[in-house]
Amino acid sequence: MAVIAITFILAGLFFLLVAAIGMLRLPDVFTRSHAVSLTDSLGMFCILVGLALYQGLGSNMVKILGVLVLLFLLNPVIAHATLRAAFRSGVKPLGEEHK
Amino acid sequence: MTEFFLFVVIMLCLLILVYLYRVIQGPTVYDRVLGLNGISTKSIILVVVIGMVYDREEMFVDISTGYALLNLVGAIAIAKFFEQRGGG
Repeated sequence: MAVIAITFILAGLFFLLVAAIGMLRLPDVFTRSHAVSLTDSLGMFCILVGLALYQGLGSNMVKILGVLVLLFLLNPVIAHATLRAAFRSGVKPLGEEHK
Repeated sequence: MTEFFLFVVIMLCLLILVYLYRVIQGPTVYDRVLGLNGISTKSIILVVVIGMVYDREEMFVDISTGYALLNLVGAIAIAKFFEQRGGG
């Protein structure tokens, strides 16, 4: 079980690393949101599933899976609220200002 | 196994530094809010992993749940404020 948990955690760290590179390199707030909401959610999912598998069956596993479900609901909501605020207050998406 | 969890803690701290660069440097205020969202996601995972290191998971997981709810309220409040005020 520990081998599967370590594999999940390392995969999650890889996805979080990809998200951080996207946060550095992407040019615009709307493109950066893909890095911070999509890839980040996947990395977080992998790490928390790995930690829950390492715990084994029990109340700790249920609590960690509860945190996982909570983050899976909250992360897209926060990204959507931020981007709606950005769009409504007049930040142009990347190809729009040349039209 | 403690060494592996310490490695995970160090990697998460380095990733938080990358997001902190975006928070300080970001051109608009929405970049900063997105960066803060990323930092808080990593902090929640960091709290759970620190609980693994100290062998007190049942306490640290509860702390991370509270931090996730606090993060939701803060981010929604900031987004609503800048949506109504405009600009930034």
